[in-house]
Amino acid sequence: MEARGVVKFLGQGAGKVQALRGVDLTLHNGELALLMGPSGSGKTTLLSVLGCILSPSEGVVRVCGNPTTNLGPEQLAKLRREHIGFVFQSFHLFPTLIALDNVRLALDVRGEHSSKAVKRSKDALARVGLAHKINSYPRELSGGEQQRVAIARALVGDAAAILADEPTAALDSENGSSIMAMLSEVAKDPAHGVLVVTHDPRILPFASRIIRIEDGNIVGEEAGIGAARTSVAKARSVAKT
Amino acid sequence: MGPLPGPMDVRLLLGRKISHVSLRVSISISRVGRARSAANDILSFLAVARERSFTKAAAKLGVSQSALSHTIRGLEKRLGIRLLARTTRRVARGMGGAIASFSPVPIGLLTPLVLKLAARNLLYDKLRFAATVIGIVFSIVLVTVQLGLFVSFERMVTVMIDHAPADLWIVPLGTKCFEDPSLLDEANRYRALSIEGVSQVDPILISFAQWRMPDGGTSPVLVIGSDLRAGGLLPWNLVEGSLDALLVPESVAVDRTYLNRLGVKGLGDAAEMRDRRAEIRAVTKGIRSFTTMPYVFTPLERARAYTGTPGTKVTYLLVHLKPHADVERVRSQLQPVLTKAEVLTAAEFSSRSRSFWLFGTGAGAALFAGALLAMVVGSVVVAQTLYASTKEHLYEFATLRAIGSSGTYLHTVIVAQALLSAVAGFAIAFLIGLFVVRVTSDSALPVLMTPALTIILFLLTIVMCVISALSSILKVTRMDPAMVFSR
Repeated sequence: MEARGVVKFLGQGAGKVQALRGVDLTLHNGELALLMGPSGSGKTTLLSVLGCILSPSEGVVRVCGNPTTNLGPEQLAKLRREHIGFVFQSFHLFPTLIALDNVRLALDVRGEHSSKAVKRSKDALARVGLAHKINSYPRELSGGEQQRVAIARALVGDAAAILADEPTAALDSENGSSIMAMLSEVAKDPAHGVLVVTHDPRILPFASRIIRIEDGNIVGEEAGIGAARTSVAKARSVAKT
Repeated sequence: MGPLPGPMDVRLLLGRKISHVSLRVSISISRVGRARSAANDILSFLAVARERSFTKAAAKLGVSQSALSHTIRGLEKRLGIRLLARTTRRVARGMGGAIASFSPVPIGLLTPLVLKLAARNLLYDKLRFAATVIGIVFSIVLVTVQLGLFVSFERMVTVMIDHAPADLWIVPLGTKCFEDPSLLDEANRYRALSIEGVSQVDPILISFAQWRMPDGGTSPVLVIGSDLRAGGLLPWNLVEGSLDALLVPESVAVDRTYLNRLGVKGLGDAAEMRDRRAEIRAVTKGIRSFTTMPYVFTPLERARAYTGTPGTKVTYLLVHLKPHADVERVRSQLQPVLTKAEVLTAAEFSSRSRSFWLFGTGAGAALFAGALLAMVVGSVVVAQTLYASTKEHLYEFATLRAIGSSGTYLHTVIVAQALLSAVAGFAIAFLIGLFVVRVTSDSALPVLMTPALTIILFLLTIVMCVISALSSILKVTRMDPAMVFSR
């Protein structure tokens, strides 16, 4: 996934603001990149543009080689369901559906609703350690567990890019670091790249790369230490200090 | 598809107020499985109708072809109507196909998970779902009553014509309906008999009279006189007395429904018309008039006396043809020999009566206007509640959109909500409708329910609910999926 010279205007008329001012960014497979910046820096806008929810006003975004320029909402939705998995700050699970069905929805929207879809959904939940909670409703799960269901939903379709928007902001530090550990596990799979938007410094240790954004510009990029860290236990101890 | 948690809590709301209606309702609705299987049957039918092939539809639905075929047969059997004209290979479009092609969403998208999500969305706020269903129920019960009355009215208007055995009717020129008693010269009868192919011509007399009750009160009646031995328009559905008893002088037959109106109790009671005695010697059942006037059957000569009609006059002549006689030929030969009369087939006379009463008088238009109004009110109620539900679940719809659902998929969820509401509402409305049919069956104007009317009502319910879904569909179409990041 890559962005080249992306400019994005939001709003109209007098309220029009330039949220992104020419951003270049590439998300590689097998990495967990952190996108950090203060609020209003444009990081959520960049996530929306990379995630094919918004089209760039100028510049090019390519997802698995497909440019998103001039695509209509339906074509963007198609790119999203085929290549992108989302994890949100407030989970956005469906409160009326059990965990398994929440995960199945990501396959159902792709037209997969056979028994195979059920099996894949169960596997995805097992992968995030919730094999025993597939029949629980979101309200019966802790915040950390809900976010894990959301990660299973993002993973179940084998998306190339997992985009996470403040995935730990609604969680305590322990749950937050276990979620981050899980995402860094995911990022180790060379089939996925993970981009996490955050302003939470506690998750810095998990990143293999840190990108800083301010006022709609990328202002810095550094290698993280997360690439070297593999053990979840170690990650937890770091998060706690 | 997982279990739907008891959706029909509506009966709790209905229960206390209308106890015996809701008792019947709850008996058949409390089994959620049944409602669900009804919904499945209908979806199966729509799939076949849309695909025009059992094989393709079965593949789309993920069931075996024989199971699908069995489902459709069961549905047809219960409705008593053939939904799909089918050959071994192809399914003709017919009514089913027409419905399916109007379906706003691809039937294949109504996956079990979509239905589940739709059902859960509906039941998320049970009170609101109850409001939706009650809105549908009221509206559809109203439509049922209006259309049921229309059907019943339509039948009543022609009930006399339908029961008179005649190949052709000779009626006074310009007759608008059966109850339009102008007179014909009986001479026409002998002229008609001279035409080749005519075997018999029975005169009947229809005329108003004043019925003087035993207690002295009066009531207008419509006297129907015919020659009891030769035939004509004889009373049917006799429950007391006999046709032969009418041959006794001063005898009449009336319907059970009108005994009170006529101030009599039954057989043996006597009243007067034009100072002549009229004793009740036969009682019929279910021969009701949609006009305010009871029918009184009596022999032709008595009818003339009761109504003061000259002996040479009749109202209609019922023409019977010889076997193999050509109706059109006889008709064209009849017309020139008659004076101030015209020749109609029974069907023509029926349709003339119908159009006079239903549309000439505005009665039919009023019934249709009532039905239409009920539909509009129902649509507004359903649209309101669906829209409120959609707004409440907007973040979920935005999430679906963000994880890549197509616009059509979102619309399907909303339409599924509308369809499920429609099925629930229709089921209850149908039961209430059956109840109304039962309690009105002995009244002057019963509400009738026919299989065709049931299907029409079901389709109206679906149409109403799908139209109601439009505002919600518009809402999710305009929604910005980027809102998922704002909370």
